[in-house]
Amino acid sequence: MTPEASKKFLVFAPLTVFLLMSVFFYFALQMRENRAVDELTSVLVDKPFPDFQLPGLHNDFHTQAELAQGQVTLVNVWGSWCPSCRDEHPYLTQLVEQGVPLVGMNYKDTPEAALDWLDYFGDIYAYHIQDRDGRLGLNLGVYGAPETFIVDKQGIIRYKRVGVVNERVWESEMKQVYLQYGGLINE
Amino acid sequence: MPTGFSISTQMYPEFGLIALIFAAFMALLQTVVPLAGIRYGQDRLTASASPLSALVFLSLVVSFYYLTVSFLNDDFSVLYVANNSNSLLPWYYKFSAVWGAHEGSMLLWVLILAGWTMAVALFSRHLESNFRAVALSSQGFLALGFILFLLFTSNPFERLLPFSAPDGSDLNPLLQDIGLIFHPPMLYMGYVGFSVAFSFAVAALVCGKFDPIWAKWLRPWTNIAWAFLTLGISLGSWWAYYELGWGGWWFWDPVENASLMPWLVGTALVHSLAVAEKRNLFQSWTVLLALIAFSLSLLGTFLVRSGVLNSVHAFASDPERGLYILLFLFVVIGGSLFLYGLRMNDLKPTSGFEPLSAEAMLLVNNLLLSLMCAVVLLGTLYPLLVDALGLQSVSVGPPYFNLFLVIFGGPLMVFLGIGQRLRWRSDDLLRVGKAIPVPLILSLVLAFALAALAGSLTPVLVGSLFLALWVVIHLLEDLRSKYQLGALAKTLGSLTWWGMCSAHLGVAVLTVGIGMSTALTESVDVRMEPGTKVDVAGYEFEFDGHYQEPGPNYTAFVGEVYVWKDSLDEAQLYPEKRRYFASGDVLTEAGIDGTLSRDLFVSMGEQLSDTAWAVRIQVKPFIRWVWLGSILMALGGLVAVLDSRYRMAKTAKSAADTESSVVAA
Repeated sequence: MTPEASKKFLVFAPLTVFLLMSVFFYFALQMRENRAVDELTSVLVDKPFPDFQLPGLHNDFHTQAELAQGQVTLVNVWGSWCPSCRDEHPYLTQLVEQGVPLVGMNYKDTPEAALDWLDYFGDIYAYHIQDRDGRLGLNLGVYGAPETFIVDKQGIIRYKRVGVVNERVWESEMKQVYLQYGGLINE
Repeated sequence: MPTGFSISTQMYPEFGLIALIFAAFMALLQTVVPLAGIRYGQDRLTASASPLSALVFLSLVVSFYYLTVSFLNDDFSVLYVANNSNSLLPWYYKFSAVWGAHEGSMLLWVLILAGWTMAVALFSRHLESNFRAVALSSQGFLALGFILFLLFTSNPFERLLPFSAPDGSDLNPLLQDIGLIFHPPMLYMGYVGFSVAFSFAVAALVCGKFDPIWAKWLRPWTNIAWAFLTLGISLGSWWAYYELGWGGWWFWDPVENASLMPWLVGTALVHSLAVAEKRNLFQSWTVLLALIAFSLSLLGTFLVRSGVLNSVHAFASDPERGLYILLFLFVVIGGSLFLYGLRMNDLKPTSGFEPLSAEAMLLVNNLLLSLMCAVVLLGTLYPLLVDALGLQSVSVGPPYFNLFLVIFGGPLMVFLGIGQRLRWRSDDLLRVGKAIPVPLILSLVLAFALAALAGSLTPVLVGSLFLALWVVIHLLEDLRSKYQLGALAKTLGSLTWWGMCSAHLGVAVLTVGIGMSTALTESVDVRMEPGTKVDVAGYEFEFDGHYQEPGPNYTAFVGEVYVWKDSLDEAQLYPEKRRYFASGDVLTEAGIDGTLSRDLFVSMGEQLSDTAWAVRIQVKPFIRWVWLGSILMALGGLVAVLDSRYRMAKTAKSAADTESSVVAA
């Protein structure tokens, strides 16, 4: 190359370096998403649901033993303060209509606000566990609401979903786990 | 929501959102209209950039105001407020919580960007109208990009209706601190300040204007941005030192690296602009540095906020955000570097310089700073790279960074010392040769003597003392030779010289701080009960038990530690262990007694029994010099701006002409 030509090439060197970096960042971003989901979900899978004895929202009281009574159950972490919980509510309603047992874990909320919320959107849950100070959430490794766990017949966590449950997530991932451990659906 | 709220108070977040949307439209106009004006030769359209930039700024002020009010009013129907504030939070932390997390800090970012833009519009009346219009249009585009980013992916005004949170989940306790009130604004002033350099570089590329006047316009802006960035980084490091609880002040964390990279390139830019102005050289290189300094600020934003580097925060960061910023980076950085490639082919170098000259030294300085930046960039991205290749996730760690910074930083200071004394264009080998022995011997002898006095002849201590002394002695020698030439009065009358002097002195002070604290820090971890006495580095620490004290939104265990030296009272320290109500987080608040020559640093770890605690005691000599040095550097940058040359805005052109003709003569 002549000096003139090599200079022409050289002035585009910064652009070339940057373009290569951009491609790299694009893939890093894609990878990050997959990895982050793995990390968030893997922690408690195949471990028993943590022990708890907590009040419900309807003057009732619940313990960990109830989750190990021969039924595959969805435990949904929600709060009246959580906007995404509203988004997934219609789809959870559909699942309940198909006979999927759903337990609510009312997370970092007040009973008054929670009951208002349920009045407004509809209480589709079998019962609620009131985790007002987030201590059970801490043991469960909850990052934020909504999160949904699939707990098998022996009370062992088999799956954890961080974020909203919708048709895509259910059909592509959760349904398979649910059925695999003997969960029932009325078609 | 409290019942006393009127309809209009309830609407405040919507007012803020409307103002933000309005700002987006104004920024769009600011981007497009001036360019249209140039294209169609309509002067009034070209000149509209300036009032439009004021409108962008004002509407962002309004938007920011309403977000702030939402915080102060405890409006927990706003998601961002509910996530980052709490009714018990003291008002000043409610105020700083506005920029305590992603959405609000992005709003502050773009507000500061608009502020810089308006300042440029106000103080650039003497610039050529087309050049000014292109620069302001570029600033408008940057603002537009970030406002749209806020609106589409990070709306701080998002509501939780009809059910608002009963109370907020509190600001991260680590951020409830006076240092963190000022740290982000300072840092953003620096990051965003480099946008001016970026836009001036883009305007220079578009208008084909790379003369010394261009460099002279840009120098004060770059200096101010650089000074703010320096202050911002050192505030962050100061905060890490006393708030994270374990006495380190720099961790090579990706977030820290993200701020260091633009600083290194910015430092190179400050120096290269000096050459471009004084000698009409390095134009191509200077333009490139100006583009890269701001590009690295943007890259830092991407790395920190997309979550690519710290997956722990993955849930908080939306994947859409990463993709949006990446796209924006692609347009801004890719576009400007493409323009650079197109235009730089036409540029002809104007005059040369000899290998032994001030220019050559500054070129070496630039190369070393750029290499340091490349090392930091590689080290920061390395974990990503390894991950991409499917190997185990690794972290490069401080040894890598420290090693390379010593490898490049040491020579940088050697050249800095002697470079201060070299003449422009060409210097005499004999003259320079004569200037070396005295400072060399003096600083070597003094370094060994001082290190021996401090009781540690380790390479790190002797080396850093030598480098610091080398820089300072050359500075003094330079003054002496100027005195002999009768040029002392002229030198001392120049604020540019004082700025340079303060900044270089700052480098020396920083180096002493790093060397002394690295080599001589003593640290012990002990179990302490009331009455336990421990001897560390000649100081006697006695634990006198702890008591409980309520704070506004936390309760604290406060330990009482008395310190004696040679049986005399030296200090009383009150390290704390705080538990915050809302989040349940526990935070260590170190007890620190600091003087210029040493810090006594006590932090409480685990409570071992009713009365006993695990306690870490550290004595850190000269650690304060680290921040003192940074302050001197920043001060240097600011002082240089005050030089009368920059105030004669109206006569700037003629003055620069004279100057360049003198140089050419």
